[in-house]
Amino acid sequence: MTQTDVTLPAWSLDREAARTERLPAVWPLDNPRDWAWGGSRGAGVKVCIIDSGIDPSHPRVGAIQGSLAVTVTEGELRVETDHEGDLFGHGTACAGIIRSQAPDCEIHSMRVLGGELTGTGDVLVRGLSWAIDQRFDLINLSLSTTKQHVAAQLRELADLAYFRNVKIVASAHNMPVDSYPWRFSSVLSVGSHDGRDPFEYYVNPSPPVEFVAPGVDLELAWSDGSTIVATGNSFAAPHITGIGALILSKHRDLSPSELKAVMRAASCNETSLRSATPDALGEAKP
Amino acid sequence: MSALANAAGQQRLLQSVVELARATFAARACSIMSHDPSTRELVFEAVAGEGAATLPGRRLPATTGLAGWSIASEEPISVADASRDPRFARDVAESTGFVPSAVTVFPLLSHGHALGVLSLLDQSASASVGIAEMRVLATLADHAASVLQLVLDARVQPSDESSDALHALRRALDAAGEADRRALLTIVTSLTDLSR
Repeated sequence: MTQTDVTLPAWSLDREAARTERLPAVWPLDNPRDWAWGGSRGAGVKVCIIDSGIDPSHPRVGAIQGSLAVTVTEGELRVETDHEGDLFGHGTACAGIIRSQAPDCEIHSMRVLGGELTGTGDVLVRGLSWAIDQRFDLINLSLSTTKQHVAAQLRELADLAYFRNVKIVASAHNMPVDSYPWRFSSVLSVGSHDGRDPFEYYVNPSPPVEFVAPGVDLELAWSDGSTIVATGNSFAAPHITGIGALILSKHRDLSPSELKAVMRAASCNETSLRSATPDALGEAKP
Repeated sequence: MSALANAAGQQRLLQSVVELARATFAARACSIMSHDPSTRELVFEAVAGEGAATLPGRRLPATTGLAGWSIASEEPISVADASRDPRFARDVAESTGFVPSAVTVFPLLSHGHALGVLSLLDQSASASVGIAEMRVLATLADHAASVLQLVLDARVQPSDESSDALHALRRALDAAGEADRRALLTIVTSLTDLSR
């Protein structure tokens, strides 16, 4: 045992140890988009979509790697295999967006809405807790809750996810209400802009919303194999999740804060892409 | 007695909200539905435009369709071509006979849950419901939620025991100093949240 081991608490590093710690990735200097996700299709990245379920028979979605739901039996919440599919279409829409950006990522469904379920309280907490325990790389949460009594639990879960290297991408509520978990700094929070390019996203200089991505008049996969044109922050978040999957496929060990930093560096307002044409915005598409 | 203290006055106020929303967006119809959690149904409370004469009082399942989504998720959504959603088209056609193209639904949120839904059908004031329109509708939905809360509260007839407890609380609040009053209100709010 070295002197350093004796004198420093377990969570400390001495200077020499810190100097020799290698970060998993170098900071992108030139052409950050190409560095971040150029050539990536999201392979090897596991994404969990906590929503209304997913219809894997929809041509814009295809096979998914897991389908579970929170169930309520005599007041007890459990996680079980889901046989309902998507009872609204919303989760399928989110999956279709992510699949279009990161076609090779794994997609898992955790249904917290539909049937007897409302996703905005204890059921949401249960589903999110399960997803964090599974250590998915990314969790897409195009939902939030205004219920104050679960806010503290959600904050603890968001912190737990952060320390387990699980990245939560959460859509901001569309209305001026206090809702969670998108307001927590440990998650990536997403609002909408009305552009169309799926790779056009911006850092918001006025948090708590950190990123804005397309969320207006988007053609989306929906229920029973249909497509609709819809608007909502719900659909902006999966764009950031999809880009996150592309980045993590190339840079596996990025922490949540590093992923945020890379996404900031590659955002349209942090690069010269601001003046580029819409086609050029997607130059690093896979 | 003020006009708002009776049911007819509150109903006029609720109706004025849907009339205002419909006029603002030149919509074919606008409605406010309350959510009855005991039956998991939505109840038409006020309707402007299409269905105004026939829909008030009618009930729909709160578990499907865009309105069902809004109640369950407590989120708004705007769909430009809802008739392409086979489930929505089927639900709406069976219940109203009118299948709109564009549908925007906003939850009416109050104290951490959805009291009901504001629905706007086939707006023609704008090509689509974009970010600016969503902001206006969010404000209207907040207003509608306050009015619907007023209407629903007035329907609840507390038992004598509940009434006595509420009056005792009111007296205690009136008698308390500012700090104690705030503390009492915090306790009441927390107990109310916990009971939901």
